[in-house]
This record gives sequence, C-alpha cells and structure tokens, in this order.
Amino acid sequence: MTPTLSGRMQSRFVLLLIVGVPLTLVLGAVLPRPTATTTLSDMYEVFFAALVLVGVVGIVWELIYHGLQQFRWEKDWPTIFGLVTGIPEGIVVYLLLDRGFPWEFGDVPISLFLQMFILVWIAIWLIANGPLQIFFPRWRYQGGRFI
Amino acid sequence: MQQQPTEVVSPRHDPPPTGGSGDVSDALMAKPTWSDHDLIGHGIPIYDVPFVTVGGGLGSFAMVDILRVAGVSAEHMVALSDLDQPSETYEHLAKNSQIPSHERLRSDSGSVLDCLWGWPGYALREAIADRNPKRAWQVMTEPILAEYFTPKAGQVYESVTREANRIGWSSMVKKGVVRTVRRREGGEYFVLFTPATGTAATKRIAYRCRYVHIAVGYPGVKFLPDLQAYRDKYQDYAKVLNAYEPHLHAYEEMLRRPTTVLVRGSGIVASRVLQRIIDDRDNTGAQTTIVHLFRSYPDGYQGDKRTFRRPARNGWSYQAFNYPKSAWGGQIRYTLEKLEGQERSDYIDQLGGTNTAPRKDWQEQLDRGLEQGFYKQLRGTVKTVEPTADGRQVNTVVTTPDGYELGIEADFIIDATGLEASIEEHRVLKDLLSYGGADKNPKGRLNVDHDFLVRGTESGAGRLYASGSITLGGYYAGVDSFLGLQYASLRIADAMAAEGFCKKIGPLRSAAQWTRWARNKTP
Ligand SMILES: Cc1cc2nc3c(=O)[nH]c(=O)nc-3n(C[C@H](O)[C@H](O)[C@H](O)COP(=O)(O)OP(=O)(O)OC[C@H]3O[C@@H](n4cnc5c(N)ncnc54)[C@H](O)[C@@H]3O)c2cc1C
Repeated sequence: MTPTLSGRMQSRFVLLLIVGVPLTLVLGAVLPRPTATTTLSDMYEVFFAALVLVGVVGIVWELIYHGLQQFRWEKDWPTIFGLVTGIPEGIVVYLLLDRGFPWEFGDVPISLFLQMFILVWIAIWLIANGPLQIFFPRWRYQGGRFI
Repeated sequence: MQQQPTEVVSPRHDPPPTGGSGDVSDALMAKPTWSDHDLIGHGIPIYDVPFVTVGGGLGSFAMVDILRVAGVSAEHMVALSDLDQPSETYEHLAKNSQIPSHERLRSDSGSVLDCLWGWPGYALREAIADRNPKRAWQVMTEPILAEYFTPKAGQVYESVTREANRIGWSSMVKKGVVRTVRRREGGEYFVLFTPATGTAATKRIAYRCRYVHIAVGYPGVKFLPDLQAYRDKYQDYAKVLNAYEPHLHAYEEMLRRPTTVLVRGSGIVASRVLQRIIDDRDNTGAQTTIVHLFRSYPDGYQGDKRTFRRPARNGWSYQAFNYPKSAWGGQIRYTLEKLEGQERSDYIDQLGGTNTAPRKDWQEQLDRGLEQGFYKQLRGTVKTVEPTADGRQVNTVVTTPDGYELGIEADFIIDATGLEASIEEHRVLKDLLSYGGADKNPKGRLNVDHDFLVRGTESGAGRLYASGSITLGGYYAGVDSFLGLQYASLRIADAMAAEGFCKKIGPLRSAAQWTRWARNKTP
C-alpha cells in the first residue's frame, strides 16, 4: 500500500466501521463468555470500547507510521507492516482497557481480548489488501483516501 | 472481407458521397479543420461512432475495458489498430529485450491489466493455479522478507486475452493504420483511417466521433546518436544492435565462438541482456566477455536526504519499479500533481531516470562476472565508433573520466539505453501538433491535463485524450506501465462520465461488474 496521511486515517475509520463493527457484533455473540454471569451487553461493552480505542489511539499511531514511512524511498507501507503493527497496537489497547480506560470494566480476560482483537485485525488487514477494491476501485490510486 | 461499419450514415443533412477518389488530397491535408463536405467531395465514406481509440495496444485495451465496465456497449466503440490482440506489440518488444513468456516482468501483483479492481492479483492467481501458497506468501511479505512479486509475462498475455474475449474486443477492432485525426467544423473529430487492404472499398475511410483516445505506444525506438551515425555511415546492422529490435543472431553467434560484447545503458533492459548472455555462459558454455560502458556511475546512495534517496551499487541505481511505488497512487503522486513545467520534469527525473530492479540473481551473476573477469565495467564518454581494420569488429574509443582514451574492440554492441524517438516521428502526433491544437510538455511529449485530455485540442463537445509513453512529463509519472494505463483510463472514464457519455463506476456498479468479471460474463 502507498498511503497518504489522510488516506491512513480515512482507511482506518472506514474499515473499522464496515468490517470492524459487523464482525464485533458477531464475535460478541459467539465467543465464549468468561463467566456465567457475563451478559451479551457486557461483551459488547468491552469489545466496542476496544474498537473505539483502536480508532482513537490509532490517530497517534498513524502519525508515527507516516513519519517512519518518510524514510522509505518508495513512500509505501509494505503489506506485512499492516499486519505486525497489530502487535504494539493490541498491547496498548489491552493496557488501556485493563487500566480502566475509557471506563472501568473490571477484569478483562486476556484470552478473550486476544481472540477478538486478532480476528478483527486480521479481517481488516485481509479486506484492505484486495477485496475492498471490488467496491472502491479508485482507493488504491488515492493513497487510501475515500474522499 | 468487407469491414462491418458500426453504423453507416449518410452524412448529416448532406447528400450522399459523390465523386472523389476515396483518398485525401494535399489541399485537404493543408486544411486544419474538415467539414463533412470536404470528405464527401473526396469520396471518403464517413462512419459514425461516438468513441474511437487509436492504437489498439495495451493502452487502448485498458481504456475500452473500463468503458465497457462503465456501461458503454461494444457497438459504440472502435479500436483502430495494426494488431489482432492487444498484447502483440508488447510481446514483440518484450521478446526482443529478452523477456520470454516464462520470465518475470517488472510490475507488481496488483498491476493486473485485465481487471481494473486489481484483485485478485497475479500472485494470488498463481498461488491458486499452482496450488502452492509460495507466491501468496511472497506478495504478503514483499519487499521486507522477500523480493517483490512480479508476474510471468505469459500470465499477463493469457489474462489479457481472456478479458479481451469477455468484452468483445475483436468486434471493436478495425485493422489498418490511422493517418490523421482532425477537428471537424461544427465540433467533434474525424479520424482518417487506412483500412487493411481488401477490407474497404475506398483507400481511406473516416470515423466521425465525439471522443478520440490516442494510445499509439512508442513513436519509435531510438539509437544512441553515435551508434546511429555508425549505422548510417557503414550500413552495418549486424554488429551494432538495439535491444528492442530482433537481435537473436548475436546470441547465436556468442554460442559458436568466443566473442566480446559491448553493452551500453544501465537500466532494466541492460539487466535483461546481461542475464541472457551470462545465462548462456552458465548453461551452454558460451565464452562471451562483456564490457559494460557507463556514462554515469552511481555508487552508494543517490540523493542526499535521508528521506529521499535510493540505493546504488557498482554503477546501477536500484528500485523495484520504474518509479517509487507511491508515484502510482500515494504521496509522490500527489506531490507531482501539484508541480508545473520544468520543476515537474526535474522531479520525474529524480524519481525515475535510469534504474533497474534489485534482483538477487542478477546481482549474483554480475558479482561473479566482475570477480572472474568475464564482466568488465568501464566509465566514460564515447568519442568514436568505427569498424576495426579487418572489418570484423567495431572499435569504440572512449574518453575516461580521468582523460585517457581507450579503445574497445567488440564483436557486437548492444544499445540497451531504451531511448524513445520524439513524438514528431509519429505521423498522427505530428499532425496533432501542427493542425490539432496540441502542444508539448517540458519533456517534449503531448501536453495533457490531470484527466489526460490533450490540451488545446477540444472541438465543440469533442474531447481528445491520450495515454501511455507519449504523455510522459505530465502530472503522473508511471504513464507507461500497466497500472498507469489503467489509472489514465479510469481518469478519462470519470471525465467522460461527468459529461454523460458513460456511467460513473460507483461502489455498487463496481461490485456488480466485478462479479461479472469473476464469472467471465460479458460486462
Ligand atoms: C520491453 C518492455 C517491457 C515492459 N515491461 C513492463 C512491465 O513489466 N510492467 C509494466 O507495467 N509495463 C511494462 N512496459 C511498459 C508498458 O506497459 C508497455 O509498453 C505497454 O505495451 C504500453 O502500451 P501502449 O498501448 O502505450 O503501447 P502498445 O502496447 O505498443 O500499443 C500501441 C499500438 O499502437 C499501434 N499504432 C501506432 N500508430 C498507429 C497508427 N497510426 N494506426 C494504428 N495503430 C497504430 C502500434 O503499432 C502498437 O501496436 C514495458 C515496455 C517494454 C518496451
């Protein structure tokens, strides 16, 4: 991919919206609940908080990535970077959730978080690397911008 | 066979053709704009069709493909060409420059000419066809853990043929040569065409159309001036060769006896020529010595900014593709779009210039050659090129950077600089510059706007567009590439959609059309 800064931001939010949200709705319902008393809305509360954090904290991440990209002659962002950046991003989101940010959830089981986060991250990564263009054929020429 | 007109019309409000020879006259050619009467008077039949593309190569194909997806029917488009299949000229040039069908090209997985969506790319298709995830893994990890994936030439040809069949390409192609494009009095254009012999009753026919798209490829190959002078003077076409022309006899000779070859140029074409010679050494025991002449000799980084420099080594500048990747659709594309005139031209030179792909197999061959002495590098400028006294070889006298003069006697000289002729060498383009209102950009090519409209050529509601190498120097760097041809086509189609000629390819049409593409159904 060859994103521009605004393309990065736009792609992040659009993909969270069109892939992240529906997938999270499904995952909240199907992933095993940590305790017998956990309700669907408890699940959604944590999952969607995570999704919002990926978006909001992502603004800072994208600025960093964009800065790093300047050191690449091609001004590109290799496909694999899009995958491995999930590791630091996942850690930060988990730490924030665990420390009661944006609000207190009680104990967030790490395995549950990992299942949700990894699935959503990979789904977004896969869709961004091709299938998205079925609907948006100009996206790849526009540095990831939609508008 | 009689050519099937898209729609034969008696010219609007005019009597049917009378008299005339069916050919142009000097008087007509001297007239910048033509009326319907002019052509009728010359007995040249007029055919009406809204859209004509001139060339019928990969650029025309990319354009027509997108317009078909944008809802234009095959009856409303004509491709005037010397080719049956859009990839023919490309195949010819690729073969000459030592890219046979099984060799890999220099564009990425997503540069899929047959599929405007770019997905699935060539890598995924190859992985599926071979039932082997290797290529998919390569494209996911390029260029960090693996070299860039690039498709095999044959895969490109096959996919283009499949798509050509899907969109009804052969029904749109009229074979022959375009003589000129002229503005029509009252708006629109005439495309004057010389149909292949036996396909029409008159020598010329004219297409009257609102849109013209010009994609004639390279106006011609050009030799280095000193080599051209040698060829003209000594009429020696066997020893001084251009990599884009057929030159297999040289490789055959290299197998028969030990020879010395002088290679000029240090771009991708030179890489391929060297690979061919060294492969023959490695596999068939040829004993060729290569002398490689460099005019400039980059080593270390090119560019002094940490954020704007590319690697160079042993005289070669390296980058994966002709331009940095983001020139096709990222930061660099946007930077370039804002530049004008000389500044734009200079920036394109910095991004491109002479460069080749950092392929490990090539570097291994050259390092080995340098070490073992069958590949020698030389820096300098050429002073003279003359036959040796016995007439068997060609002697090139080179002035080295420290002022010495050196003679190199070689059995063959291969010009791999890939120089292109100026656009005036092409009759249609020259005519557009003289009569059509077109002018040149700082790189001496056609001056086009951001939508690839040839500036100054508008004719009432008529619009004239161009794509491919003849537009280099405009607002987009990678014009002469698969992806660049598709990009230009998309821009042009969007501009035409805004004028109501075709449908805008929005998300829904796009997805619906992609599923038709995937099922190989007509658009
Ligand atoms: C050796 C080589 C390797 C390349 N490799 C790659 C690569 O790996 N990846 C990549 O993306 N790009 C590559 N390119 C660049 C580019 O994609 C091709 O050159 C491509 O074929 C350009 O398409 P085109 O339509 O502009 O020209 P062409 O495909 O050459 O088509 C133009 C056609 O118009 C015809 N024509 C000209 N004048 C007239 C006339 N008056 N009437 C009728 N017909 C006319 C010509 O005869 C020709 O057949 C390569 C180019 C070359 C030369």
